[in-house]
This record gives sequence, C-alpha cells and structure tokens, in this order.
Amino acid sequence: MTGRFFRARHALGAHVRGTTLVAHDGFSARYDLDRVAGIFSRPDHKLAGESFVGRVLVLDTAKGGVASAWMLHEMKSRGIVPAALVFNSVNPILVQGAAFGDITMLAGFDQDITAIVPNGVEVELDPQAAMLTLI
Amino acid sequence: MTLSEEEQAILAGEFGAVRQWALQHQMEVGAFFSAADFVPVTQAHIMADTESLGEAGVCWLERLAAMDERQRRVRIPTITDPRGTDFAKATFLRQTSAMVDLERRAVDAFVKLGVAMTDTCINYQTIQAPGRNEHVAFGDTGVVIYSNSVCGARSNFEGGPSALAAGLTGRTPRYGFHLPEQRRATLHVRVEFTPKALDDWGALGAVIGRRAGNYWAVPVIEGLEATPGSDQLKHFGAAMASFGSVALFHLVGLTPEAGRLSDVAAPHLPTVRLTGADVRALQASYRAEDRVDVVVFSAPQLSLFELRELSGLCEGQRFIVPLLAVTSPQVKSDADRLGYTATIEAAGGTVLSGMCFYQSYAREIAEANGWKRLATNSAKMVNILGGYGYRPMLASMAACVEAAVTGRLAGS
Repeated sequence: MTGRFFRARHALGAHVRGTTLVAHDGFSARYDLDRVAGIFSRPDHKLAGESFVGRVLVLDTAKGGVASAWMLHEMKSRGIVPAALVFNSVNPILVQGAAFGDITMLAGFDQDITAIVPNGVEVELDPQAAMLTLI
Repeated sequence: MTLSEEEQAILAGEFGAVRQWALQHQMEVGAFFSAADFVPVTQAHIMADTESLGEAGVCWLERLAAMDERQRRVRIPTITDPRGTDFAKATFLRQTSAMVDLERRAVDAFVKLGVAMTDTCINYQTIQAPGRNEHVAFGDTGVVIYSNSVCGARSNFEGGPSALAAGLTGRTPRYGFHLPEQRRATLHVRVEFTPKALDDWGALGAVIGRRAGNYWAVPVIEGLEATPGSDQLKHFGAAMASFGSVALFHLVGLTPEAGRLSDVAAPHLPTVRLTGADVRALQASYRAEDRVDVVVFSAPQLSLFELRELSGLCEGQRFIVPLLAVTSPQVKSDADRLGYTATIEAAGGTVLSGMCFYQSYAREIAEANGWKRLATNSAKMVNILGGYGYRPMLASMAACVEAAVTGRLAGS
C-alpha cells in the first residue's frame, strides 16, 4: 500500500480521527509515562515531556511490563489517555490493554510506520478495514 | 476462532456473565493475533497492583466479585503477582491510607473470585514451577520468560485482565509462544563474557534484550562459560524481558529446548557478538552519581539464597541510608525463621514481603521519603524507575550494601 493509505495486519477498536504524535521508540504505560500529568516522563524517551492525551500515538514497538493492560483502562476512566495506538510491532500486553480499555489499535505494516506518518498531522484509523489514512 | 461446544456455551452466557465476559475478551485478543482456537491452561498468574488498577480497575473487580459465587470463581489454580504494599510496612513506606484501602479492596475482590493471594513474582522458585510443554497463562514478564525459557513451559505475556480471564475459562487463545514455530530462534547471540554477580547477569540480559528489541524476537545464546543457577537466570531473563519485551530465550546446551543450536535455529541465522565491554557500557550508563538516598533489592523478589547472601553482607554493619529488601510471603517466613531478616534489620535495613518496589506507588513514596538517587543490583528495576523520576544506579549487591553504610556508591 502506498500514498495516503496504510494497511495494518492487526487491528481492534472503534473508528478514530486525531492528531499524531510520532517517534521511533517503544511504549510502556509504566516505564514511559507520567499517567497523572499525561506526559512521557522517561528522560531518554524520544517523546519525553510531550503530552500524549488525545493524540494518535505512532510508535515502533510495545515494551516492558504487563501493567499496561490495567493502566490503559485506568487512564481511559480519567480521560488521560491517547486517542489510539499505532505500532510497527506489538506485544500481547498492549493488545490486551487496548481490548480491555476500549482503545483503538493498529499494528504490523509493510513499512516503518514511524518513518511514513509525520508528527502532528490528522489521521483516520478504521480498524474494520485495518487502515490508517493521512487526512 | 474455532470454538468447542463448551466455549460456545460460555459465549452464549450459559456459564454466567463473568465467564462470558472472559471468553469475549480472550476472543478479541485471539482474533487480533489470528489465533485458530483456544488451548487449555493449567495455571494462571495475575499481575494486579493497585497503582496499575486504579479506582477504575478495583471497581471493575468488585463488580465481578459481586456476581453469583458459582459463576465468579476461577476454574484453575490462579495466583497473584506482588501487591502494591506490605500492609505491615505501609506506614514506614509513607504510603497513604487511600493506597492501603484500595489494596484491601482489591484483595477482598480477588479472594471472592477464588484467586490465591500468593503475591509473588518468583512463583517458579516458591509455588510451583511449570513443566516442559505445559501451557499456562502467566503475568509478570519475568515469570513468563523464566517459565518459557528455563522450564520449557508455554505462555504469552498475560496482562491482569487476560490472566484473570484465563483463570475463569481455563484456557487462552492459541497464538504466540503456545505455538512451536514461534519458539524458534530469530537471533543468534555469541557472548564473549560470562557474568559472575547477579547485576552482571541482569546487565547481560539487558544488552541482549535491547538487541533483540521486541516481543517476537527469540535469542539463542552461545558462549557462556558457566552454568547459571536459578537466581542468575532470574535476573538475566527479567532484564531481557524488561529491556526488550522478550518472552523466550534459549541457552545452547542449558535450556530444555536447545540441546544443540540446530534444535532451535535455522542455518545462517543473523548473529551478534557481545563482549564484556557491551555489558560494562550498560552498567556505566546507570552510574551517573555517587550519593545515594536509598538502596533497594527487588524486581524480582529475592529468593531465600539471595536473602542469605544479603544477610551475610549486613552482618555487623550500620546503615545511614535506608536499605529495603523485598521478597515473597513464602520466602519471608523462612527468612524470619532462619534469622536473615533479623540480621538485615539489625543493620538498619527493612525486609518487605508480598510487594515489589516499583509496583508500590514508586513515584509517590519517592516524593514522600525524599528518595531520588537509588542503588540496586536489579537491571530490571533501573530500567523501570527512570520513568518514575528516580536516578537509578546499578551495582553489585556488595557495593549497594556498602552504599547503605557510607551513603556513597563506590566507583561512580
């Protein structure tokens, strides 16, 4: 798939439209986030200091521990949560957390999705079609 | 997914709403990974500290716990990862009553669901290690990587909700490391360095984890000139899982699926070479300061042998900064009986039970106690605590104990 549309191999959740926050880095709710302030807090993370609230996170891979499965649900309950998660590759924890927390997720692309999708642009995610569209 | 007659009945609600939710959740995850069907599991292990659960997660558990008793109880032995406190030491940690109350509510709910509150991340050392080819649904990445790699069991990382779902249904979607083909090596690692101390084993695991880079990578490792024991493999695997999200490794000639390299690796697999310099570089990256506010041994919880060694190092010492040693309830009672706890605490240390440091409101207790510069021998923990505002430093157990005596970490 080329151009404005990118198909994922895996998808779940509801249709989402939002602004991207992109980095070629990993993601773990416990390791990387200040979940109260809603920012990336791990000092050596490429998005350190950036707010993730309401953004479509486009990252390389899921990292770290199992806590993210609960944490996404807890973050969703307070509204301090990304709008959606997009990964090159994903581990089961983030998938389980996205399913439990009702957060849209796409993963598995033919190209490095973090190199293709610009930071700060509008995108649309259609999990039914497993498709990410640049608006 | 292909469903058995029983699974269709669960999905239809014939076994109650709790099991129906559980199977629906498992099917959503299974569909994501294109699982063909379910596989029965013999044990489940739930990670569920309340810093992760929050009020929303505890309320959700309480709703399940309020359902009919016949419908809500787990079907298979289901145990818990460390909690977010040691109830006897919450005041010492300066945890708030709200934190403790939330923990009690979570415990009450789990008990009503039939979950055994073992509160340990070293269940393979203390409760019951799984056997080779035994399918299980384990939470805690350190538990999974040890069980898969050292025991030859079959598990994916199962987050709390999914592990509970597995306990309720007695099965899990058949994908990932439940499949033989997923267990083949994807990366050949030749090491030219054999660790000695536990922090060295953790650091080597961390370097391999970073190189492997994601959950689906399976490193096969050659070149170790010693046979690691359970504690060495515990730190090695926990760090690899933490730094790389890796769930399975093979050690040629040591772990059960890799008697020979060719048992798990195709010819011409990509090879990386790691030396002592790689390990020392990782260790040096976590030695930025010399002053220490707190010394912590945790992540994973300490075995009886680790507490024995720590006790020996503490003999006759007097600490000027807090030293915390965290273990499981099963090990704690033995450590008490054998005098290890008394020796550590006579030096000014504290032995905590049933919790893990980073799962116990690490940010809040840091602020409450003025803890920022933290020394530990756990590579896993230094990887985690940066995000909680700490300056974590990695050193040997002996160097950490010395830091508790002097307030400074030698060699920084």
